[in-house]
Amino acid sequence: MAGKLHFSLVSPQRELFSGDVDQVDAAGTEGDFGVLAGHAPFMTALREGVVTVHNGGKTTVFEVKGGFADITAEGLTILAEQAVEAI
Amino acid sequence: MASLKEMRNRIGSVKSTQKITKALQMVAAAKFRRAQEAAMAARPYAERMGSVIANLAKSVTGPGAPVLLAGTGKDHKQLLVVAAADSGLAGAISSSVVRAARERVYELQAAGKDVRIICVGRKTVAPLRRLFGDKVIATFDMSKEKVLTLSSAKPVADRILEAFENGEADVVTLFYSRFKNVVSQVPTARQLIPAVVIATDSSGPAPDLKGGVYTYEPEETAILEALLPQNLRVQLLSALLENKAGFYASQMTAMDNATRNAGDLISDLTKQYNRSRQAQITKELIEIISGAEAL
Repeated sequence: MAGKLHFSLVSPQRELFSGDVDQVDAAGTEGDFGVLAGHAPFMTALREGVVTVHNGGKTTVFEVKGGFADITAEGLTILAEQAVEAI
Repeated sequence: MASLKEMRNRIGSVKSTQKITKALQMVAAAKFRRAQEAAMAARPYAERMGSVIANLAKSVTGPGAPVLLAGTGKDHKQLLVVAAADSGLAGAISSSVVRAARERVYELQAAGKDVRIICVGRKTVAPLRRLFGDKVIATFDMSKEKVLTLSSAKPVADRILEAFENGEADVVTLFYSRFKNVVSQVPTARQLIPAVVIATDSSGPAPDLKGGVYTYEPEETAILEALLPQNLRVQLLSALLENKAGFYASQMTAMDNATRNAGDLISDLTKQYNRSRQAQITKELIEIISGAEAL
């Protein structure tokens, strides 16, 4: 694995997550996808679903409703219309 | 010279006014803290949104670009969205936004443009209606929104988009008071449509350091078409949040001044009251003494 992926999840109300992680799985409008460090630049709209963050064997799950995922060389940014951390 | 009783009443009424301004100041201070936190928390989203759109805008140019981004190519019909507070007792914050908007309207009218206005917040409605009457095409009252969210900005954004689609507007500009710090709120104009892309590195290509070409799902224009209205809502929301923080900051300052003025007035009146009370006592004593001497 080529290092860590910088991931941030922001909703209009606040920034829910920001930090370096191993992998992020999310649900795009055209299908689910996983992102590792060094992913090619990619942008997609999100459908209603969960975003799973894997980091050091631990997983954190967020419920996200609508929004966009933007993957650049700097990392992954998810702009969610609504997002909450699932328990 | 007012009678002693009249002066006592006067002092009493100033004291109760001072209590009210003091209470309002403390309420404003508490609400200000919350409003400022909300405005700060919303900032990362708006910033990221701006940079995502800036990235996208580089790859979508030319005739295929959405009109929200590129504009209609004309600037004849100008739509001004004026956002200010819903209530008063907060100094000049609302009136300075209205003044900035009014000046712009005169400027545009002098240049022969067709101007329309959307009012957000009750304090903008009366002055703009009086000056420009039928130019005001819609008004929104935000006083019922306890917590500002994207859904509070949605009706305004929808009305703007509707005006844009009906051909009522070529250029949309938002007027609001930018929150600089507690003592300074600056009336600011921000162009919403066509979207102004923050030129971070407009000369160079998109920052694709890994050499890959950006992949879009669905394709660029479809994403932009969903993203731009969302961006409009976000921009409106952040303006509303800044307005709110600025409003409470301004109210805090205004009420602090009012409390201090009331204090000054009370001490002046009390001094005057004591002096005339003493004068009356002295006068009565003189009367008694000279009466006793006459015997």
